[in-house]
Amino acid sequence: MTAISEAVQPPRSEIGVLGWVRKNLFSTWYNALLTLASLGFIYVVLRGLLTWALTTARWEVVTTNLTLFLIGPFPRQQVWRVWVCVLMVVLLGGLSMVAWGAPGRRHKWIRRWVTVGWLLSFPLTIMLLHGFASSSLLPLVGTSYWGGLLLTFLLAIVGIVASFPLGVLLALGRRSSLPVVRWFSILYIELIRGVPLVTVLFTAAVMLPLFLPEGMRVDKVLRAMVGFTLFTAAYIAENVRGGLAAVPLGQYEAARALGLSGWQVMGLIVLPQALRAVIPPVVGQFITLFKDTSLVVIIGLLDLLNIAKSVVAQPQFMGLKREVYLFVAVIYFVFSYAMSYASQRLEKALGVGER
Amino acid sequence: MSNERLESGDDIIICRDVHKWFGDFHVLRGVNLAVKRGEVVVICGPSGSGKSTFIRTINRLEEHQKGTIIVDGIELTQDMRNVAAIRSEIGMVFQSFNLFPHLKVIDNVTLAPIWVRKWPKEKAEKVAMELLERVGIPEQAHKYPGQLSGGQQQRVAIARALAMQPKIMLFDEPTSALDPEMIKEVLDVMRELAHSGMTMIVITHEMGFAKEVAHRILFFDEGNIVEGNTPEEFFRNPREERTRLFLSQILTH
Repeated sequence: MTAISEAVQPPRSEIGVLGWVRKNLFSTWYNALLTLASLGFIYVVLRGLLTWALTTARWEVVTTNLTLFLIGPFPRQQVWRVWVCVLMVVLLGGLSMVAWGAPGRRHKWIRRWVTVGWLLSFPLTIMLLHGFASSSLLPLVGTSYWGGLLLTFLLAIVGIVASFPLGVLLALGRRSSLPVVRWFSILYIELIRGVPLVTVLFTAAVMLPLFLPEGMRVDKVLRAMVGFTLFTAAYIAENVRGGLAAVPLGQYEAARALGLSGWQVMGLIVLPQALRAVIPPVVGQFITLFKDTSLVVIIGLLDLLNIAKSVVAQPQFMGLKREVYLFVAVIYFVFSYAMSYASQRLEKALGVGER
Repeated sequence: MSNERLESGDDIIICRDVHKWFGDFHVLRGVNLAVKRGEVVVICGPSGSGKSTFIRTINRLEEHQKGTIIVDGIELTQDMRNVAAIRSEIGMVFQSFNLFPHLKVIDNVTLAPIWVRKWPKEKAEKVAMELLERVGIPEQAHKYPGQLSGGQQQRVAIARALAMQPKIMLFDEPTSALDPEMIKEVLDVMRELAHSGMTMIVITHEMGFAKEVAHRILFFDEGNIVEGNTPEEFFRNPREERTRLFLSQILTH
């Protein structure tokens, strides 16, 4: 038995499409039965849906109102401003792919500038969309004219970008050794998690003006953004806390033993590991936020779903609810799935060498 | 107690009557120890005897509650600035390596020199590569710790500690978590380090290593040093019954 075993091909029945089908779909009689039943079910549902979608459905309700769905009542002669914003984001997205796509140090300076670009794109977008009262090039477009997918995006993006750092701070606060900081963080997190999002939005929309000094008005869209941010931050904080708890004590000890300061231990050793571990739940929270922006309906903002509601309420589009709501659902799905996919990619990219 | 030599002007670590409690449990019960520059001290003793807690008080991962610890002329007190200064002079190697899994080997080694010593990155990397060379794994520099064997990881941990150019190295059971075939490669590195004149305190039960390298062996039990002696005397002629019992257990297992 000293001969070296030769590597041979696996048996024919194990490979190829047919092999896969046999192994996974028809391995036992009940597996085969399940496969056939599922196929039948999918066929019935899909046939109904496809027949309707390709023959009966009147998709012109979507095509006619496409601009409305995308930007709501945003003045049509100012649409170029939206396009400039979109172009900016696409450009930055492309540059990011170049900068982070290829490993190596020579892209370091591109990364730095792309990061700066992303940071600047934020106020730039808001300024570009909002405009200025006295400007002829960029006349004022009040937030009550923002709507559709544009508004949905703005609410979601501001909510995501602002709630993340706030959530991380709250998570750190909850583990702080200073009792006041710790108590405040716990109180905040538990309070927010104890009430529904609708309540928070109502509070932000209706009650906030009561707390503000007389004559000071905060924009309605801004109030919604603040509401989403405060709400999501509490959940992010709890997710991040889980990640922090997963970092072994030995990591703190090794870092402190090297002479790193408390902040360096947190920023260089603990947080990078903790945040990596919580990418899936945090992205899940972001997806929830994206879909929950549809709740601004209750405070009268014209987001994508509210626009859909107003479209089907018009006499000439009576009875076209199915088309409109299916279209809206597909849009929500596409972007939610894109986020989910991006998070899987991110996890993979950051998970290198972790076993 | 007669087992401790008197303090001298050349001592880099001085511990006088060090006490510590975990709640009601009296872990350290008045430990006295003085270690000379360049001296290699091995501590052995049963688990739960407080030996690990004791060496962790020296770089203040644990705070002592009574007594005095003076390291390189600086007394360890509540003052945080002292603690950071002390820690950067003391390297520590742990039983479970505690490498930073999200950083490459080279970045594990350069991290503290860059952020604590404020060295430029080029200098830190040059020193790091020299150290990885010294512990015998320069080819692993751009891998992540998770891709290395236990013995390699522990050697990286030693390189990481040495990168701060410490005056003292503490080893807390550095080979206890390793498979037998990897223990030698780590002990070889430690042996070389000891011969280079580094001041070392090593908790280990590798008695062969202790015999060969240590200047002194201490037996630790129930929160204090029971006896200490040169390796020859320690093994040939242990004074205390407890020491004899312990030695018979670990030498014949």
